[in-house]
Amino acid sequence: MAIIVDKLNYVYSDAGHQVQALQDISVVIPDGQFLGIIGHTGSGKSTFIQHLNGLLKASSGNIYYNGEDICHKDYDRKQLRSKVGLVFQYPEHQLFEADVFQDVCFGPKNLGLDRKQTELRAFTALRQVGVPEDLFYVSPFELSGGQKRRVAIAGVLAMEPEVLILDEPTAGLDPKGRDDLLDQLAKLHKERNMTIILVSHSMEDVANYAERILVMDKGKILFDQTPKEVFSHVKELEEIGLGAPQVTYVMQELKNKGFSVGTKMTTIEEAKVEILKVLKGR
Amino acid sequence: MEMIKIKNLIHEYIRRDEEENVVDIKRAVDDVNIEVKPGEFVAILGHNGSGKSTLAKHINAILYPSEGAVWVNGMDTSAEENLWKVRQSAGMVFQNPDNQIIGSVVEEDVGFGPENMGIPTEEIWERVEESLKSVGMWQYRKKSPNKLSGGQKQRVAIAGVVAMHPKCIILDEATAMLDPSGRKEVLRAVRALNQVEEVTIVHITHYMEEVIYADKVFVMDQGKVVMQGTPREIFSKVEELQKLRLAVPQVTQLAYELQKSGLPIKSGILTVEELVEELCKCG
Repeated sequence: MAIIVDKLNYVYSDAGHQVQALQDISVVIPDGQFLGIIGHTGSGKSTFIQHLNGLLKASSGNIYYNGEDICHKDYDRKQLRSKVGLVFQYPEHQLFEADVFQDVCFGPKNLGLDRKQTELRAFTALRQVGVPEDLFYVSPFELSGGQKRRVAIAGVLAMEPEVLILDEPTAGLDPKGRDDLLDQLAKLHKERNMTIILVSHSMEDVANYAERILVMDKGKILFDQTPKEVFSHVKELEEIGLGAPQVTYVMQELKNKGFSVGTKMTTIEEAKVEILKVLKGR
Repeated sequence: MEMIKIKNLIHEYIRRDEEENVVDIKRAVDDVNIEVKPGEFVAILGHNGSGKSTLAKHINAILYPSEGAVWVNGMDTSAEENLWKVRQSAGMVFQNPDNQIIGSVVEEDVGFGPENMGIPTEEIWERVEESLKSVGMWQYRKKSPNKLSGGQKQRVAIAGVVAMHPKCIILDEATAMLDPSGRKEVLRAVRALNQVEEVTIVHITHYMEEVIYADKVFVMDQGKVVMQGTPREIFSKVEELQKLRLAVPQVTQLAYELQKSGLPIKSGILTVEELVEELCKCG
């Protein structure tokens, strides 16, 4: 089973002008993939992911979720939203209940689950994102930025989605908060075989975590490859306002200086191994 | 005279119940001493909740000291008669570009500050022109702000502050919501203001790569300044920073790991070029 996007187009009208926000997007996202999506502001990333859980309706083209056409008029989109969970940018702005636990209960309760099941799910979800129990009954507004972000993500996890889409989940978090959150996503991906779709501005983050990257530009997919392949197109990426992880630049510079190193390293560990191999081999 | 002088500053957030009884006291800034000279570019790092933003709000008199004192351009921020002069001397740019733009046309938005200061109309337009040019947004002056990208909106917000001719600009995580090119645009504009117009800059950020241009870096934890020094000095202390929930730029981390593996590389590498140069010496 998978998400299949077939020739997706999305056109909206803005002050009388027709704007094509997405153009002929075709992509297959198999179950259990960790997919990264990068692109500068306005490249269509957020518009694209909102199609995947039915928040936006395609102007033309089809999206199939587990073999069913989600654009069909009889398709149960409420059901879809519990299967494909979407965490918006700055999701903590949407916390509203009196305490953390009630806030996370809101989703499962709305799915029509009874109280016991709802609370069990909320409990599990909060544990999954690493919120300690002594915070369960405090107001969400008393939490730190990083804690609020986790609670908001728990609210989506409590619906037990099969696919989790996150739009820049680490924006505004400190480096430790960022690493903790990404590690938790990697864990969910590994232990529960959850499909993770991570929209990010950080080349380093997608290089470290994603197994496949979609690069979007002007509403189209420019590259659809592994991190190593994507970041070998440094020039093209820079032209559209992106770049490569810093370590990739180090490798390319070394190559330019005449070292016989590979240039496809995208993580610190890979770069370290390659540099040591070449320097010690001399 | 210092542009900013912070002496033994303490800030406490006090929560009270309906009867005004104190329920909870949280000390967000705890005995901070900082001095910033005119024309300096300083950066403040610290994890979420370390007190950075509370500190920043003291520099532009949004908050007043619970104890200690803050002077901006020689003016005590807690004296009521200084309020507007302090805010005019130290302009603030916030995180969310959408919360700080009010005009429906870029040039009107930028003119709002000087207009409020009672500047004559003719001079307002001169100021709007020079400040939009200083951040590279002059060509967008007739546009509606909501048609701009995040980086462009933040540059308009900075121009709005520049038009008030401040001696100092405080950026409170002003790059947090931007994409990499937006962040570069804003940083380029800020560095130009710093170098050309000698505006003092206080840059608060979580992006370690943005700090390498600063003259001085302050690191905060639990309301206190726990480290200070040049970027090179700060980023030489990789393990200490990690304990404070922070990190170093990726290239600095790689250099550190290579050094641990026995390569003779100096500490505190800040850029790709520096690391490559060091590695060439090894080879």
